[in-house]
Amino acid sequence: MSATRCRSYGQRGFSSCRCCVPTDQKMSKRQSSTKDRTSAIQHPASSGEATLRVVFVGHVDHGKSTLIGRILSDTNSLPEGKLEQVQRACAAENMEFEFAFLLDALLEEQEQNITIDTTQIPFKTAKRNYMIIDAPGHKEFLKNMITGASNADAAVLVIAANEGVQEQSKRHAYLLSLLGVRQFCVVVNKMDLADYSEARFLEIEKKYREFLKTLNLETNVFIPASARFGENITVRSTKMQWHRGPTLAEALDAMTPLAPPIDLPLRLCVQDVYKFDDRRIIAGRIETGTLQVGDELVFSPANKTSIVQSIEHWQPASTAATSPRGNGGMAIAGDSIGITLQEQIFVERGYVASHSKDTPIETNRFHADLFWIARQPARLSHLYTARLATQEVKCQIVSLDEVMDSSSLERNPTKADQLARNEVGRLTIQTRAPIVLDNHDRLPPLGRFVLVDDGMICGGGIIHGGVYTDRSAIKSKNIFWSEGKITAQARATQHGHRGAVVWLTGLSGSGKSTIAQALERELFIRAMHPYVLDGDNVRHGLNSNLGFAPEDRVENIRRVSEVAKLMADAGNVVITAFISPYRADRQRARAIAMEGNAEFIEVFVDAPLEVCEERDPKNLYKKARAGQIREFTGIDAPYESPVDPEIVVQTNQQSVEESVASILERLLPRLK
Amino acid sequence: MMTRTHLDRLENQSVFIFREAYHAFKNIAMPWSMGKDSNVLIWLASKAFFGRVPFPVLHIDTTYEFPEMLEFREWATAHYKLNLIVKINEEARARGVGYETHDPVTVTHELKTVALQQAMAQYKWDALITGIRRDEDPTRAKERYFSKRNAQFEWDYKDQPPEFWGQFATTAADGEHVRVQLLLDWTEVDIWRYIQRENIPIPKMYFAKNGQRYRSLGCSPITKPIASNADTIDAIIAELETTRTSERAGRAQDHHERNAMQKLRAKGFL
Repeated sequence: MSATRCRSYGQRGFSSCRCCVPTDQKMSKRQSSTKDRTSAIQHPASSGEATLRVVFVGHVDHGKSTLIGRILSDTNSLPEGKLEQVQRACAAENMEFEFAFLLDALLEEQEQNITIDTTQIPFKTAKRNYMIIDAPGHKEFLKNMITGASNADAAVLVIAANEGVQEQSKRHAYLLSLLGVRQFCVVVNKMDLADYSEARFLEIEKKYREFLKTLNLETNVFIPASARFGENITVRSTKMQWHRGPTLAEALDAMTPLAPPIDLPLRLCVQDVYKFDDRRIIAGRIETGTLQVGDELVFSPANKTSIVQSIEHWQPASTAATSPRGNGGMAIAGDSIGITLQEQIFVERGYVASHSKDTPIETNRFHADLFWIARQPARLSHLYTARLATQEVKCQIVSLDEVMDSSSLERNPTKADQLARNEVGRLTIQTRAPIVLDNHDRLPPLGRFVLVDDGMICGGGIIHGGVYTDRSAIKSKNIFWSEGKITAQARATQHGHRGAVVWLTGLSGSGKSTIAQALERELFIRAMHPYVLDGDNVRHGLNSNLGFAPEDRVENIRRVSEVAKLMADAGNVVITAFISPYRADRQRARAIAMEGNAEFIEVFVDAPLEVCEERDPKNLYKKARAGQIREFTGIDAPYESPVDPEIVVQTNQQSVEESVASILERLLPRLK
Repeated sequence: MMTRTHLDRLENQSVFIFREAYHAFKNIAMPWSMGKDSNVLIWLASKAFFGRVPFPVLHIDTTYEFPEMLEFREWATAHYKLNLIVKINEEARARGVGYETHDPVTVTHELKTVALQQAMAQYKWDALITGIRRDEDPTRAKERYFSKRNAQFEWDYKDQPPEFWGQFATTAADGEHVRVQLLLDWTEVDIWRYIQRENIPIPKMYFAKNGQRYRSLGCSPITKPIASNADTIDAIIAELETTRTSERAGRAQDHHERNAMQKLRAKGFL
């Protein structure tokens, strides 16, 4: 029989999996059931309740197609005559009807043989409309699933009772967790092949629940079911009366469409600025939070503020009564809006507006988990374009720290310099211009990005570990950086490398000056253009009017930052060697360098205080202990260690040569 | 007001895509059939661009248009201040291609798809805004919001780009163009509810007269009305909520042969 082809829906009707599994595995084991389901027929939803988008995933041959076919049939959601047509076709071919054929019959119209792309199939219950997102295809699974599931409200994970938790059962759950789908239920399907055994069901539930816990996923909804016989799909099973939980239809009806994230801090991502008439309208979408007329907005990365003068709508008078959107000076997450500002500050696409009390992170470097979907692997140092909301900046992957094994889900530290298709890597990205972002676990829409190469979206990433700083402490002067006639690019071409600021920070005696000079020599012998700024050449001239009072220290570092930026812009690799104990000062140094489009690399020269005090090259610790010097860092003034430096060297464990080598290894790729 | 309805969400999404497309492409046009979905597009463009449709709208005139539709075209062009381009495949008409003598798939291809190709060759648009919906036809269910067509107008549905987190494939090489399909997520009922809510002008042929109405509007010789007494939008919505026949059942070119729609679309039909 397996050699027969079904006339009406071709070869696909025989396939147990709609992708590539051999077709004859499944045909022999069943008899068909089309018992009357009229009691389950639902009346179509008629209210305006939002559609719930549900992605269905599961291991090959665990019965996903059968389940979808059964739902379509039992909720009366098939086109007129489709069920009868497929049944007739089966009868004519002398083959047994299966519910999976219903789905196949629909899909056959799209593609004769194999399903190649994400498909969306609507169905209805009495409560609401649903959209089933079905993402088949093995090789391209990741691409399809991400396209389909990235805006799903919920997911149904299908596990077959006879085979239990399999590799893909795990992988799909992991991808859902990565995409941020948090609402889901687990259908333990094919209970008919497990004698409707409660013990078997509980065994699978326990095992899968433990796995989900490792992903920080949790659900209380496990449903023992048989899609083939319609048990616990829309009708409560009489064979599994031990099950106290819901049927699948009840479980779906209990889910809720994702609510707009209005409780998170405001992020309005600017799409464009329109000047169609005398209004200057800033158009964009509110990703999170709420916005009202009169709010003061901070625009990042420019860090300029203005007050919302109006929220603009186009709403002809004739329709204002029926349309709810003409009203009010308030807009919320999800709204595509336009605003005008009281003060006409410069704003362009890519800017992110927030309230001043809760600003996003502005940085040129961040950590992410990146999944890769392009055929060509992701490579270190290759120049990609990162797109995050409406921002677009050039960037490089500067380090690849871990690669996720996509079958075992184990994270393995790696020395690899590329990430292959369908792999997930934990890595660090450096951008060529400031980028505005949030950590994904705090504010998902600004915590995810894609990497684009040659116009193609190649991968997507989830940002983590970013450090928030108090924006009000860093006063931007809002002076536009005027570029000289000779571009940074031209200078870089002539010098053979880009300009950069390598900022060494650490306790007195940690080895900053020694390392700075050794590093300078190493760069110099490579025909590069390094220059060390340290206390010796700055304190005696430029900063000779400054002492060691706290405000003088701040000013000292500010001036060093500005000089470093200018020298980097001139094409030099500036190495600074200052204790620079305050995070805020270093953050500002980074911001200043970025204003000049210079690379900024923070190097933490780390050594325990005892070791530094023991070294005490200038006898300063002794003087501090003796009370001859006040406010000495580490003794009676604090040192704030870097939270997230680009490079750390441990001078009590590494020699000077080793320290310099580890800096060079990370630094040189960034200067290309 | 801190909640948003299903229609608000659809509107927000479509406006967002409109603005992304307007930013991404230099030379956009919007085919406009004067049908209900087409008029929703005009409406959404006006919302996205604050009362303007800042690109040309293109009517592919098959010369088999219902007179009521042409009347509506003139009225709406003035009403919305549209930059209207009308394109007729004069060459095919001169050859005598027409419903009187040819099958509907051939005529549709010549007078719609080829006419569109001629307009594309003339105006060199890099993107077309379309109003297709996933629920209309199974081949449309797999579409992306941004969907590239090569110079021959072919759609490589076997290797579509990923599309997620509001990021789209926005590049097209010379001769290629991108279809921006911002009604994909809408259903037929959504369209009607939105027309009702926003009071969007549409041709009267959608409403029942003498026990008949048009559910979908195409060329007059091959578009059949359905039996219906639905003469208000409420009645139309009530009718759609109980029917299980397809929207395009009255469009002959879809049914001329098996997979006709797939064949038409592979050759560049919207």
